[in-house]
Amino acid sequence: MSTTSDVAEPASKVDLDQGEGGGEVPSFDITLKVRRYDPEFSEEARWDEWTITMFGTDRVLDAMHKVKWEIDGSLTFRRSCAHGICGSDAMRINGRNRLACKTLLKDLDTSKPITVEPIKGLPIEKDLIVDMEPFFQSYREIMPFLINSSPAPTAERLQSAEERQRFDDTTKCILCAACTSSCPVFWTDGQYFGPAAIVNAHRFIFDSRDDAGDLRLEVLNDKEGVWRCRTTFNCTDACPRGIEVTKAIAEVKQAILTRAM
Amino acid sequence: MTTKNPEAVLPAHGIEAPRSGRIDPKYLRSGSGSGSFEMAAWLFMRISGLALIVLIFVHLWTNLMMGDGIHQIDFGFVAGKWANPVWQFWDLVMLWLAMLHGTNGMRTIIDDYAEKDRTRVALKGILFVASAVIITLGTLVIFTFEPCLMDSSGELLDSVPAFCHDVVG
Repeated sequence: MSTTSDVAEPASKVDLDQGEGGGEVPSFDITLKVRRYDPEFSEEARWDEWTITMFGTDRVLDAMHKVKWEIDGSLTFRRSCAHGICGSDAMRINGRNRLACKTLLKDLDTSKPITVEPIKGLPIEKDLIVDMEPFFQSYREIMPFLINSSPAPTAERLQSAEERQRFDDTTKCILCAACTSSCPVFWTDGQYFGPAAIVNAHRFIFDSRDDAGDLRLEVLNDKEGVWRCRTTFNCTDACPRGIEVTKAIAEVKQAILTRAM
Repeated sequence: MTTKNPEAVLPAHGIEAPRSGRIDPKYLRSGSGSGSFEMAAWLFMRISGLALIVLIFVHLWTNLMMGDGIHQIDFGFVAGKWANPVWQFWDLVMLWLAMLHGTNGMRTIIDDYAEKDRTRVALKGILFVASAVIITLGTLVIFTFEPCLMDSSGELLDSVPAFCHDVVG
């Protein structure tokens, strides 16, 4: 940029001459190694590998798109917004649960194949698509909606900034299942409610406008509830929204204890 | 995938329609929650863990560091300690807490790692029986420990340790 500092930058980047200003986006070859499963053809899962040229600005999702659109249209995965909001494309990338749309290829080790697998612990339907029903069943059971029996006020139900702050972290959840499917306790038998359900219970338990905290604490005091958490922090590491999941679970544990005492 | 909802199967293909609301029964919780047992177990692990740190390190210190150190430990040393009700109580609490803490920890590991119900029940069965035997035997030993055994005529047996002759004789 120092060489062009005397030239006024145009109002629109489109007006920039090629090769001026922005600089080249580096490109590199990557090997994408994807776990494939199609029960219509084989009960056995297999690995497929493609070597493709990608750019420094590309994400794992872009690599998946390149394969699906240009090489193998049968590659199956979920994605919707492609910008880290909808939570559709949680996958196991290089052994860690990540959103494919938020993982930049340049942040991974491109000298080795980049492995992409479906998230663990849920029944696989095809390639990277898993059956999310058990996950949402647990979510439904913790009643993820405001319960307040007092008559509705004419305006909003008011809340102080501090009261809102209390559960701010857990409002960020996008239900991508990255946390629940990274939990070793959930992998065993899938009976555990899982971090995501507890996070969403936390969001209402600590909401001053909600009256059903006790009900939710009762649900999570189950033998498959919060007490199965072993604080391995896999969920906190997996969360693409940076929610302190393990901390939220600990707070729910504490709330159940306090209520019992 | 083990349940088949007949209405959700496309007759031409024999393939279940997606999103038909079926859930693999292995994911369905039995619903018979065991009250607050898991909470009590969780709390017990924390409290007994803290207590055990004190119990075990005082135990190690008195046995290995005080007096003649490791050279003092023999049959007589243990007998001497258990003649004192404080050490009887100390060792009893240590035995029970350590055994229950360990058993509950193993129970947790079995719950987390055993995938089949039958394996889980079998392993837990072995665990609980083993723990019960050890707790019972240990408790019995602490309270009935008798280093200086005598025969029917009141004479010390030949196999008793040397200090018995000083104590009794």
